[in-house]
This record gives sequence, structure tokens and C-alpha cells, in this order.
Amino acid sequence: MITVEGLSHWYGDRRAVEGLSFTIQQNECVGLLGLNGAGKSTTMKVLAGLLVPTGGTVTIDGADLVNAGAEFRARIGYLPEDPPLYKEMTVREFVSYCGQLKGMKARDVEARLDGVLALAQLTARQHQVIGELSHGYRKRCGIAQAIIHKPSVVILDEPISGLDPKQIFEMRQVIRDLAKDATVIISSHILSEISETCDRLIVLNGGRIVAAGTEAELAARAGGASRVTLVVRGSDAAITAALAKAGAVGADRREEAGGLTRVHVTLPTVSNGDSRENLVRALVEGGIGLRRMIEDEGELEQIFLGLTKESAQ
Amino acid sequence: MSGIWLIARRDFSAFINTWWGCVILSLTLLIDGVLFQAVAMTATPRYSADVLTDFFFLTGGVVLIAGVFTTMRSFAEERQTGTMVLIESSPLSETQAVMGKYLSGLMFLALLLGLTAYMPGMIFVNGKISEQQIAVGYLGVFLMGAAGIAIGTWASAISRNQLLSLVIAAVITVFFVLCWMLSRVLDPPFKGLFAYMAFFDKQFQPFQEGRINTEGIVFFVSVSFAFLLLATRSLIARRWE
Repeated sequence: MITVEGLSHWYGDRRAVEGLSFTIQQNECVGLLGLNGAGKSTTMKVLAGLLVPTGGTVTIDGADLVNAGAEFRARIGYLPEDPPLYKEMTVREFVSYCGQLKGMKARDVEARLDGVLALAQLTARQHQVIGELSHGYRKRCGIAQAIIHKPSVVILDEPISGLDPKQIFEMRQVIRDLAKDATVIISSHILSEISETCDRLIVLNGGRIVAAGTEAELAARAGGASRVTLVVRGSDAAITAALAKAGAVGADRREEAGGLTRVHVTLPTVSNGDSRENLVRALVEGGIGLRRMIEDEGELEQIFLGLTKESAQ
Repeated sequence: MSGIWLIARRDFSAFINTWWGCVILSLTLLIDGVLFQAVAMTATPRYSADVLTDFFFLTGGVVLIAGVFTTMRSFAEERQTGTMVLIESSPLSETQAVMGKYLSGLMFLALLLGLTAYMPGMIFVNGKISEQQIAVGYLGVFLMGAAGIAIGTWASAISRNQLLSLVIAAVITVFFVLCWMLSRVLDPPFKGLFAYMAFFDKQFQPFQEGRINTEGIVFFVSVSFAFLLLATRSLIARRWE
């Protein structure tokens, strides 16, 4: 379990983070979310033992970052945004070296190596020189070095950045597999990237925590404000009336084949319940056939922006 | 110890397998050989002991320069390429990291000196010198080179890039080399202090001549220790930035 209490870090007279307190349970997958400069990377570096915090305490299973630095770092696996790799080594040599660097005996590394390479989907590339690998495989090498010593906490800074869609899909699978054996902390500035893999999110803004919880909890906190696209069957007047009843605003209404209408709807902020449910109820009660309701792609980002805007105010 | 050896082995292997390592090694040997031919092996007949003394003088200088170019990459390169994170996030202490890099430098130094052995070997075969003279001379060069590598390791630990590391290490090393000049123009007590700090004049000369200089051993070991300690403190300080 990771316990962070009153964590602060200053670079000279510039505050990076201040007063961060949170707890992460064993085998939980938590996302640190924030815009650039929000304090994610500093928090990650402190959690990885690279920086000693200006104030506050960080403990992992009772081992304190300041008083038991080596023991603390032995429990951490860390992958920065740019994977730290010795490009002249082969994948297998590199991961083996990192295992020994983390304090493992050579025979223990050898016993674990094949499993780790398989988990990181690197088995087929294990004898290839790292300098010849693509960006996606280099990220996987970075993950392999972070988990070779079986850490209880794995910290991944922007693990999906720079990957193509296929690599993102595969990386998500790797991260899900990691979370079976370790606590995983992931940072990103794109909510949709980490909401796929994380159990819980911590939103940072200006060096402080502005929200924490599951995606649904954050959405509720942001007032449930969201946008959906509806494909419905009914008259214009009936649709307008149903939208008005639900407090929603329709726009960009278009006729489609089969007497259907596509309309983009902005849902209202509600204090209780879910505005999407209210909308569906209003449509059904208005005698309108609901074929599809699609949540807009930008919805998660709207929640995120809402939270950061709210904190700024 | 295993952590120190692990870092040293990788660092040495990486250096020696790059074009940079090969260039430094080849150039150092070439320059040392050419200087030996031009300065020590003159047309005028000389005592073989004098030729050996000149060889160690020249090799000492060349090794110091090579040490600066070797250690400039040490920590600075790791920082530039982002791999410093691997060391910093490992359970190894800063002392182990510094000693690993230093040991790698010493391994390079030993290899370099080993490859120069053909020159005193030729003097030994064709002249009248003892094995002890050669051994003591090499001990002196090794100690002075080790001090130079410690300076370079520290410069690399405090620098963000290799060029800066090179400049800092070169300035400090040149200062120690030129202390004998300063000692001649200064008044006491600085005269004695700078004379003591001079790498070549007071501390190294007895080794060149085949005499073990205990004061010189203490001096070079102390300089190495001081700069390695500074390097360790620099790495610790970085965690508190």
C-alpha cells in the first residue's frame, strides 16, 4: 500500500506540488491525470524515489522514502515517459542487467526473465539490439526493466504517448496484466487513455489534487454535463418537446434514411441522478423511438476540463 | 560490491565497444608512441634509465588527457540519454554508483597502460633497467591517472552535458599540472602549498625515476578520495533539488 501525506515539492522558489495526500491499495491501478505542468511528473519522480520531497511523507508498505531510500526504491519499478535504454544492448541483456541493478541475483533474474519478456510481449525480439527497435517495442523494453525485479509498485509515466493505435491496444493489455501482480500508477494528460485501464483517477491541477475517484464519480462531480448524439424516430415537434422536458438542448438536426433523425444534444447539469436517463425517459414518454444514443468522444475530456476549470475558479 | 562491479563492467564494455572508446585508445597510444620516439629516443646516446624517466613523464601527461576524455561521458552521458534514471531509481547508493563509474575508468586506465608496455619493454631488452624501475614508474602513472579519473568523474557528476564535463575536468587537471609554475612565482606559505599540489613536479618525479614516493601515494590517493567524495555528494544533492 502506498501512503502519501502532505507531499510538497519545490524547485527553488517554484512550487511543483503541494499538500498531496492519497492512499493507493495493493493491486489497484490508479491514474494521475493533469494538464502539462500540473505536477504529475514531479509526483511520479518522488514516488519513484528519484526526488526527495520538500515536505510530507511517502511510504510503501511501511518503508519510508527518506529514511529507507534503498529499501523504498527496491519496491518500485519506474518507466519515465522516454524509456531509459542502453541502445547497444540486446533486449535480453538489458532487462537482465536492470534486474541485477535492482539487487537481484543473476540466477534469479534468469529464472524470471522469460516470463517478464512474455508479459511485455518481447519474446520474439529478445535477441535484437534495442537501437534497432521501434518506439512501441522500446516502451515495452522500458516496462520489462521496470518489472523484472517483481516490484510491489509499478509507475508508468505517459506509457501510451507516441504509440500507434495497435500499439496502444497492446500496451493496455500489458498494463492490465501488470495490475494482476502489482499496484500500478499511470500518468497522462489525456483522460480517455487512462480511463480504459485504471480503477481510480487522481486529477492534479496547479500542483494540487482537485478531484479523485472513479470515472463515474468524476463525471458526477463535474455535474454529469455531457454531449450525446441521438438517432431517433419521431416528428420534429415531438423531439423538441422531449428535449425541452429533459432540459437538454438539441442542435445540428439532420434527416436520415428510414424516417430517422440524427441530433446532437447537450445535456444539462443535474444535482441528482443522471441527465442521460432523464433524456431517455422524456423521449420514451413523448412517444419517440430511440434507435441509438452515442456518447460524444470528447465527453471524458469535457469532464477533465470541467474539473480543472472548477479548481481554477 | 556486486552493484559497483555491475556498473563498472557495463560502462567499460559500452565504452570500449564504441567508436569513441576505440578512437581515444588508439589516439592515446599513437600520441604516446610518437612522443616517445621523438622526445625519449633521440639520436644522441642516452642512459636507458633517462629514457625510461622520459617515457613515464610523457605517458603520465598523455594518460591525464585521456582520462579527461574518458570520464566526460561517465554520468553526463547517462544524464543526456536519460539512462541515469536506471541508476537513480535502483537501490544502489550514490557511493556505489560513483565507485562503479570510477572502477570503469580505472579498468580503461589499466588497459591503456598495459598497451604501452612495449615501450619500456624495448628499453628493458636493449638497455639496463630493472623490472622494479618499470613497476614503480607504472605505479606512479596509475596513481596520477586515477586521480585524474576521479576529477573527471566528479566533473561528470555535476554536469548536464559531456562538453561541460570535459571543460571542468580539463580546467581542474590543468590547474594541478601547472601548480609547479605557480609555486615558483608565489611566496610562502603558498609556494609550499602549490609545490605540494603539483601533479608532476614534486609528487610524480620520484616515481618517474624509479623511487617509491610515499608522500606521492598519499597525495594521489587523497586527491582521488576527495573528488570521489564530492561526486557522491553531488549525486545525493540532486535528489534534494
